[in-house]
Order: sequence, then C-alpha cells, then structure tokens
Amino acid sequence: MSLYREQGIVLRTLRLGEADRIITFVTQGHGKVRAVAKGVRKTKSRFGARLEPLTHVSLLLYEGRELDIVTQAETLDHFRSIREDLHRVGRATSMLEAVDQVSQEREPSPRLYQMLLGALRALAARDSELVLAGFFWKLLSLEGAHPVLEQCASCGTEESLEAFDHAEGGVLCRSCRRGVPISPAALEILRRILGGDLAGVLDEPASPATREVEHLATRSVEHHLERRLRSVGVLDGA
Amino acid sequence: MYASAVQDLIDELGRLPGVGPKSAQRIAFHLLKLPTEDALRLARAISEMKARISFCRRCFNVAEGEACQICLDDRRDASVVCVVEEPRDIVAVEKTQEYRGRYHVLQGAISPIEGIGPEQLRVRELLARVQAEGITEIILCTNPNIEGEATAMYLARLLAPAGLKVTRIASGLPVGGDLEYADELTLGRALQGRRDVES
Repeated sequence: MSLYREQGIVLRTLRLGEADRIITFVTQGHGKVRAVAKGVRKTKSRFGARLEPLTHVSLLLYEGRELDIVTQAETLDHFRSIREDLHRVGRATSMLEAVDQVSQEREPSPRLYQMLLGALRALAARDSELVLAGFFWKLLSLEGAHPVLEQCASCGTEESLEAFDHAEGGVLCRSCRRGVPISPAALEILRRILGGDLAGVLDEPASPATREVEHLATRSVEHHLERRLRSVGVLDGA
Repeated sequence: MYASAVQDLIDELGRLPGVGPKSAQRIAFHLLKLPTEDALRLARAISEMKARISFCRRCFNVAEGEACQICLDDRRDASVVCVVEEPRDIVAVEKTQEYRGRYHVLQGAISPIEGIGPEQLRVRELLARVQAEGITEIILCTNPNIEGEATAMYLARLLAPAGLKVTRIASGLPVGGDLEYADELTLGRALQGRRDVES
C-alpha cells in the first residue's frame, strides 16, 4: 500500500455514493486503473473538471486492494476542441470505449496508451472520419488481429480482391468471397493506414471510401471484442 | 437467522442507496421498537407517494395528478423554459430564487458510452412544446460534464431552426472557491464568459 505517480487518460466514470465517482484510467505504466475520486461531484471539489472522461491527467494515486484512491490530479490536456464538437465527442467516446474493453487492469500496455493519446491529439487537430478508423485498425493490429490485405486470406491469390470477411481476418478474392464487399479505393486506404502512412491518409477528404473504411473498422473491432460498441452511431443523427 | 418478516425487511432496506447490510439491520430493529402507529406512518408515506405521484404531462417533473405545481402556477413566465436532466435539478434551480419561468425535464442525458441517445430522452416532447406554447427562450441547464455538454450541444443544434433564443447556463468558479485550485477547463470558461463590471 503506497502512493505512486502516473499519467493517464480518463476512460469513463461511474457514480459512487453521494458525491464520489469511480474513475477508470488507461495509464502509461499500470495499464487500466480504477480509482475512487472522493467528493468529485461537489461543485467545490478540488478536482473540478480534471477527472472528466477524455482528460489527459498527471495523477498521484494511493494504492488500494481493489480500487485505488485519487489523491491529486493535474491536467496535461483537456482536448477542448473535441469537447466542443458533438461529432468529435462521439468518435472520441468510441475510442475510449474500445480501449476500456481491450485493456486489462494493472497489465501495462504503454503502446496502447501512446496510441490513444496520439489518436486524441490527431482528432483534436482535425475532424476526419479516418482518425477513428485508423485508431481501430491500429488497435486490432496491436491486439494481434492484423488483417491480411495483400492477398486472398483463403487461397492466397493477389488478383481481384473484392471482399472483406471478419472471421477470415482479411480480404478475399472473387472466387472465395464472403463477408462484405470492399471497394479498391477503400482497400488502398486500409493498406496505407496499416502500412505506415496514417498521417498521409488523414489528409484525404471525406468520400464514400473513407466512410467504408470507418464502417469496416467498427465492425472488425466489434467482431474482435465479440460485443457491440454502444457509443458508435449514438450521435450520428445529430 | 431472524424471523422471516424481519429478514425480509432487512433485505428490502438493504436495497436502498447507501444502505449496507449493517445499517439495514439497525434500521429494521429501530422500526421494530417503534410504536406501531409511528412505523405505519412510514409505510403509509411510501404507499401514498407511489399511488399519487406521477410525471407532469407537460414538463415531466414529478407531479401529483396530471400537472406539476410549477406548470399549474400561472404567475410563472410561460415563454421561458429551463431544460434540466432530472427533477432534482429543478429543486436546485428553484432554490436560487432567480428563475420565474417553466421547466422541461429530459429524464437523463445523452451518453454515448452508455448507448443513451436523444431518442431515449424527452426531446421530441420538448420540440412539440416549442411550437405549441409560444416559447421565446430555452435555457439549457444540463450538468457541466461530458454527457450534459453533449446534450446541450445536440439540443442547441436541434433548436436553431426554430428561431428562438437558446442559451446555455454559464460555468465558472464556485462562490467561496479558490482560484489556485480551479482546473484549467473551468477557469478557461470563467475567463471566456467574463462580463463588464457595473459601476
């Protein structure tokens, strides 16, 4: 039982008792951490808005048996441009939800933490459909579900690849096709995302292909998690 | 361990928010010691409340009968509507004694992470009121957290074509607070929303 310092991103909060909250963080060195923030719901709480979802914070935590206790919190970035845009709030929430699902408590995953931080910074800088898609594909790759994109996942041919199947984990050719159709433009974007040109892809203007890649990314993450992402599409009608 | 009637009561009390098994036991034994009339008064208060209280048909505040006390009060300004998440929030706003308009309770807030969208809230009913009641101003009084902000942004966008004044409550420092402990987001908003000092 001791105090420790961490940096983390607030994934979600849960009301506890009269004025407290349980805050779920993804941290740099301790993986997912759940900690109690006492009195955070009072207007005069010294935490203020620092423990709202989406905030990047520097923390001082007291280690407990099941739940830790937040003793101090300092904002590193509150991603104001995301918060003030309904669509970006929706996309950012989907990222937080996916990370909450894949991360394990007290299992360090610095790569996952860095990826989420990078994606939120990219989303704060510009609203592109491909920020979320790019994040989801990278997340799948990190989770060991890197899709097969260069050849048919079933027979191995490199010709006429025109479908994508989540169960096969990649693209399929005309004769093996199953799952959903994929356009050549979308496949090209997908290859660039996973091939190291994510930054270049983010400059692409929105098109049917970018929407296709985003949709495919969501379905693939849901297939991987074996559950629906609740936050996807909630704000789409807005 | 106890007679089953006592155990049932302990179990029921234990379901209440903030009441653990030990407190439930204490309350149950307190009730057991109480004169019958006193204990029944509590039972009656609960059953009366469940029988008589429902939601106001206009604003969805808790009400006895069809309309709540605020909607029935014709001294209140019908052209201004304050939109809140829960009936509890009406009490908080009423205590300020600064507001003389009516309310609309959404019965929640948009929360993407819980999968709660506008359809699950009383948004359609709000839009219907705007047209029917000649409302000129809507005050978005949802909580200043991520769900409440998302709800306010959504409603502001939805209400824009109706051509009425839509305002959002200010956020800033609590009276009696300390600048040193203010977080950046709150202090930033307080600066953004600063106003002229009347001299």
